[in-house]
Parts: sequence; C-alpha cells; structure tokens
Amino acid sequence: MSEPSPNNPAPSGDAESEPRPGRVRKPIGWSTIIIAALVAVSAALVWRRDGTDGVLDILTHDLSLFSGILPRVLAGCLLGAFISEILPHEKVSRSLGPKSGLMGLLIGTAFGAILPGGPFTAYPVASALLAVGADFGATIAMVVSWTLIGYGRAVAWEIPIMGTDFTLWRIVISLPLPVLAGALGRFVYIRLYPKPRAKDDES
Amino acid sequence: MSAALLIDILLWGSVLGVGLIAYRRGRPVFVASLREGTMDFVNIVPRIALGVIGSGYIAAIIPQEVITGWLGPDSGWLGVATAVVAGAATPGGPVVGFSIGTVALKSGGGVPQVVAYVVAWALFAFQRVVLWEIPFMPARFVWFRCAVSVPFPFVAAAIAMVIGKP
Repeated sequence: MSEPSPNNPAPSGDAESEPRPGRVRKPIGWSTIIIAALVAVSAALVWRRDGTDGVLDILTHDLSLFSGILPRVLAGCLLGAFISEILPHEKVSRSLGPKSGLMGLLIGTAFGAILPGGPFTAYPVASALLAVGADFGATIAMVVSWTLIGYGRAVAWEIPIMGTDFTLWRIVISLPLPVLAGALGRFVYIRLYPKPRAKDDES
Repeated sequence: MSAALLIDILLWGSVLGVGLIAYRRGRPVFVASLREGTMDFVNIVPRIALGVIGSGYIAAIIPQEVITGWLGPDSGWLGVATAVVAGAATPGGPVVGFSIGTVALKSGGGVPQVVAYVVAWALFAFQRVVLWEIPFMPARFVWFRCAVSVPFPFVAAAIAMVIGKP
C-alpha cells in the first residue's frame, strides 16, 4: 500500500471521511513562554526558601506524575484523531452545527459527560468536533459538560477529596450549566460574527 | 487507585473502539489518523512536560491559606465573586483545587462560595486553560469559551443558595 498522504486519503468507500487538514502546530507559543517564566520564577523562589532539596523533591514528584500522564495524553491525541476521522462531517454539522438548536446543545452535553479521560482527551476531541463541523455553541456545551458533570475528574479526584455528598450535590447544581453556556455562546457568537465564517478558521 | 485504572481502561477501550472503526474504513484512513494523533502527541509533550513538571513549583509558592482566606464565611455575593477569581487563579492540578475547596468548607467558608470556587476552578483555572486548552484548541475558541463561561459560577452559587446545603 502506498504511503497515504494526510491530504489525500484512500478512496475507502466513504467520501465524508476525509482527514481534517493537517494543522501546523508551533511547539513554542506565547503561552508556553509565560508559563516557562512563571515556572522559572517559582522554582527560584522555592530554591531560595527550601534549598536544592526542596527543588528536587518537587521535581521527582512531578516527574512521576508526568510519566503517569504521558500514556493518557497519547490516548487522548489518538482518540481525537480517530474521532475526527470517522465522524461523518455532514452528520456532525447537522446534529452539532449552528442550526442544531437545543438538541445540538444536549448532544454536546451528553457527549462531554460520557467522555472518558481528562483534559488530554476532552480538548483534542473538542478540537476534532470543531474541525468536522460542530459550532462554538455545541462545542462549548461539550467542554463545559466535561469539566462540570463529567465523571472522570469527579471519580478520580473530587469524591476522594471533597466527599461524595458535596460532589453529587455540586454535579446536580451544575446539570443545567452546559446547555446554558452553549446557548449563551451561540447567542453571542451569532451577534459577534453575523456572517458565518469559513469552517477552517484555525489559528 | 482503582478508579484511575477504570478510567484508563475506558479511555484505551474508547481509543481501541474508534481505532477499529477507522481501520474498517480502510488502512490508509487508519494510518493517516494514527499519524495525525501521534504528531499531535509529539507536539504537545513539551508543553505538557513544562506544565506538569512546573506546576509543583507554582503551587508551592502560592500558600493555600491565601486562597482560602478569600472564601470567608458570610461573604455573600462579594465572597462569590472573590471565589470565582480565586478559582481562576488557583495553580496546580485537581488535588490543589479540591483541597482548597475542602479546607475552605472545613474552615467555615460558605457553601455557595465554595461551589462557586469549585465551578470557577473547573471552568477556567488559568493553568489548565493555558497548558491544556490553548495548545489543543483554536485560541479564539478558548477565549470565547472562557468569556461566555463567566456568569456560570454565579449561576451555580445562586442555585446553591436556593436549594440549600447538600
């Protein structure tokens, strides 16, 4: 089988499954620089306060955390890539696009709530949804739903630390928020950008 | 840690599932998305490394008492507003965020304020936004999403005030 170019997928009997255009990613952006500066200053302050041992303690702890997270980041990236590949664009823009109405927001919310994993899954998948035709509103509903009512963080962190009662109660309070946020997002977006922009407005 | 294991299984199970669907669309589709995903991974790793390895230092220099002090009891809507700012400003991962929430709750912080704090933290903790959301998503979307999310910690606090304690 010849080398498949990302921009030239094989005719696999599904015209809709063309890959999203390859994105140019800069590994270093302004946000990275800000964080790097913040980290450097913080590390210097820790060093002044706790000495080299303090710095090394945190480094070892965070390194082990990092090595634990890495495979999940890979899983999230793969999940995002596969999902953007297999989701039929036409169907996505119909059920999650600007004209999808309340149903689109509810679908986005449900999707965010059942999505497994952490930020390493949610953001690549959300980005994939945007790329295949979901509008800002539905994607906002999905991201907000993942962060507020998704079970991943609740089960792994919130319940152990804050207790089951608080967590469940907090989730119940949060139930309406993703749809509201998505609706607000759509409402504002239409007024900010009256003309529908090109779908591939990634920057 | 069985919860984490369960989530890992779900996560990789999902990857396997969608990978299988992609594979059935044809090998080139599968290979192309595999490569796209791997490239995303390779590009994202330096930023994740910086964030995860660096966040310990940022968390270490911002004492938790500073943030819990902002969530005082009987602080009303002003307390809710400070809770939102505190949530956005909390560095570090979920352990830091939820621990601060717990400390605030135990040291007499108001429940609506703590709810506002946790919701604000979930919606726009700056470190998650900058380290995770912006690298993966169009920056325009991220800022837009954060802007329209601003009212919702207040909405959550209002609901908490109406329906009462857990």
